[in-house]
Amino acid sequence: MSKVFTKKNILLFVVIAAIYALLFTLDGMGFFNRQTRALLVPICINIILAVSLNLIVGFLGELTLGHAGFMSVGAYTGCMFTIYADLPMAVEFPLAMLIGGVVAAVFGVIIGIPALRLRGDYLAIVTLAFGEIIRSILNNLSLVGGSGGLNGIPKYSNYAIAYVVMIVTIVVIANLVKSRHGRAICSIRDNVIASESMGIPVVYYKLLAFVVAAFFAGVAGVLYGHNLGILKPSTFDFNKSIEILVMVVMGGMGSIPGSIIAAFLITVLPELLRGLADYRMLIYAVVLIVMMLLNNNARFNEFKTHIFAKKARRQGAGLTEGGE
Amino acid sequence: MEFLSQLINGLSLGSIYALIALGYTMVYGICKMLNFAHGDVIMVGAYMLSIAMATLHFPPFLSILVSMVVCATLGVCIEKIAYKPLRNASPLAVLITAIGVSYFLQSSALLLFGSTQRRVESAINVPNLQIGAFSISGNSLITLGVTVVLMVIITWFINNTMTGKAILAVSEDKGAAQLMGINVNRTISVTFLIGSALAAVAGVLFISAYGYVGPYTGSMPGIKAFVAAVLGGIGSVPGAMLGGILLGIIESLSKAYISTQLSDAIVFGVLIVVLLVRPNGLLGKKRTEKV
Amino acid sequence: MALLEVTNLGISFGGLRAVDDFSVSIEKGALYGLIGPNGAGKTTVFYMLTGVYQPTVGTFALDGENLTGKTPLEISHKGIARTFQNIRLFNKMTVLDNVKIGLHNHVKYNVLDGIMRLPAYFRDEQKLNEDAKRLLEVFDLYGEKDYLASNLPYGKQRKLEIARALATAPKLLLLDEPAAGMNPNETAELMDTIRFVRDEFDMTILLIEHDMKLVSGICEEITVLNFGQVLAQGKPAEVLSDPKVIVAYLGE
Repeated sequence: MSKVFTKKNILLFVVIAAIYALLFTLDGMGFFNRQTRALLVPICINIILAVSLNLIVGFLGELTLGHAGFMSVGAYTGCMFTIYADLPMAVEFPLAMLIGGVVAAVFGVIIGIPALRLRGDYLAIVTLAFGEIIRSILNNLSLVGGSGGLNGIPKYSNYAIAYVVMIVTIVVIANLVKSRHGRAICSIRDNVIASESMGIPVVYYKLLAFVVAAFFAGVAGVLYGHNLGILKPSTFDFNKSIEILVMVVMGGMGSIPGSIIAAFLITVLPELLRGLADYRMLIYAVVLIVMMLLNNNARFNEFKTHIFAKKARRQGAGLTEGGE
Repeated sequence: MEFLSQLINGLSLGSIYALIALGYTMVYGICKMLNFAHGDVIMVGAYMLSIAMATLHFPPFLSILVSMVVCATLGVCIEKIAYKPLRNASPLAVLITAIGVSYFLQSSALLLFGSTQRRVESAINVPNLQIGAFSISGNSLITLGVTVVLMVIITWFINNTMTGKAILAVSEDKGAAQLMGINVNRTISVTFLIGSALAAVAGVLFISAYGYVGPYTGSMPGIKAFVAAVLGGIGSVPGAMLGGILLGIIESLSKAYISTQLSDAIVFGVLIVVLLVRPNGLLGKKRTEKV
Repeated sequence: MALLEVTNLGISFGGLRAVDDFSVSIEKGALYGLIGPNGAGKTTVFYMLTGVYQPTVGTFALDGENLTGKTPLEISHKGIARTFQNIRLFNKMTVLDNVKIGLHNHVKYNVLDGIMRLPAYFRDEQKLNEDAKRLLEVFDLYGEKDYLASNLPYGKQRKLEIARALATAPKLLLLDEPAAGMNPNETAELMDTIRFVRDEFDMTILLIEHDMKLVSGICEEITVLNFGQVLAQGKPAEVLSDPKVIVAYLGE
């Protein structure tokens, strides 16, 4: 087990704890105003959403436009559970997250099944359709408050819980990606025909990626509901899915640290630059287009390789560290 | 009687979807990409119509023409700036770019025109057709008529002109078409030009039926028209017509008899079922994937 | 008993009979060539043997087990591995990871072991790294193990593809036009590699090729296909001097 306590892992743990402690102390000293403090939980939630979507878009290489749908399913089931279950918070809230995650994962399977037959544009439009169907149904379901929203959700979410859940999500997905299962998922992205002929059960791994991503989106939804105390179907529309996609694309598809940084920036910047609020969507759009054009521009890639040559070599060597 | 009038509503709505779907189908056929921004070109067309008529006081016919020219130019520019550099990129990159363009158009409209929907005078005013006690909306008939005429023209154009044949050739095999001396870039531009001009017409018809335009006017009809294109079989011109009309009828009938709010869900449900059962659509050719 | 026994295999697309009555039997350890002009149906035979196309008639069996009608995945698990005419590597993955994908089914640690980094993960990953290292060293690729597969030169990509296929520990290795796009020097080197693979791994190899020189240079036995029909079968020298074969290749 000594491999768990490598220098790198201990350092990582110290950094994680230090960031937490730093933010906690700053908060305790009254350093944050109300608006800033209100951002802490949403930052964690968005990081969970971006990292989990990255598993599908960046590592499996399929585009889904229904991540907000998974989030809403998790949010509604988890919040219904805390509303109706009469348990102490310490039991109720983790259970709610688990239930929300599992139900979202079930939807992940349902949406993952077309993913087995469809690719690219068709899959994107089907996931979009699923998201819209879920939203329409929630809008018309009086049991969960319909379009008026689900009220009276206990406000259990706080910075500490959200931070822990966020770290768990990142660790789980990062470890998954670096295991043989994650390699199999990446091989499907790179060449599905070769992957199958190498004996990779493509069906299983596509579903696995969808299920894991949906689970964490569901958990993020539960955190979200218990942060605001109210859920509205309109929150989980197509725009929310796009916002998460923008985080993934901006951070770099297939890069977990990238997703984390992008999710942080996209949550914080609109608050810091209030004057730009109107331009937010326009900026998202430009980010999407420019990122794609640059990534596919030979001259830019050459430039990038030149700049990052040293770093890339180091990272390349790091990839095998786990097992040696 | 109620049923019949719902059916005619459906036909008229469906023919608008068909016009938009035609743009999707042509672009998909030639570039193998889902031009997500196509729906938003409709919105631009509608705004142009409203500006030309209300602000510049152009006569309806000229306004429609202005709207078509603007949209056609826009379509060609979008292709040149955003899609052309990505011809050899992964489908994922192209799709994400197309979503970006769609958002770009929507948010630009939001900044320019504000979020409130503006009322648009109908460019088409035809008296209703009275058959005994039963009345059919004149605009519905015009919509249906315009669509049928445009479909016939497009089909003729593709099959009988050099440019049309070039479109078919490039759709089949870009490389081979280029070797045959076809200017691929020009052909793709022409496709975007036609598709976008049709979207402008669809925008005009859509606005004449609904009377309002806002930054998001185009997105829903756009997505539904894509559903229609898939339903009919993407890449097929008659398929777009059939898919659009079927979808319009399904939507009208489910609004009338099931639930207004669930009608979108039903439309999307149809899409999922079609894709799972018959991924090539009703009139689509079955393609065996090359290994 | 032969390792691969193909009996009267045939497939039609619509009305077109792409391959008709194709029979061949390949002994364990053989280096067998399948040649023929363009469009003769060679690649179609490969697609049937790997489960991509389902034959209309006939059967094929590996080691006595009938594999007709199995999916590509099942066939891969039964021990047939292949390379591709147009190289299909996992381009955005490292050379090492490409081989580790081939080794995927050799270790069994599950998703939870991977996520929680349980001891099974470290044990199995170490085994994978060692096995991959051995294979890469054989092909002289270990020095490039951390390169992205797409950054390798063409000849090395071909080698990596063979290494990756061998990583699945197949009973039969199918090579689809391995010399495509190679110059004579590279082809000569490739011939050495193929011979080496057969000897070192005690592998049975079936290869498709147009390149007559390569085929007659290394194959012990060949089958010539033309218009989906078997034209000749036997030792390279006899087959290639067969007037029917000469006509098929060069015309009357």
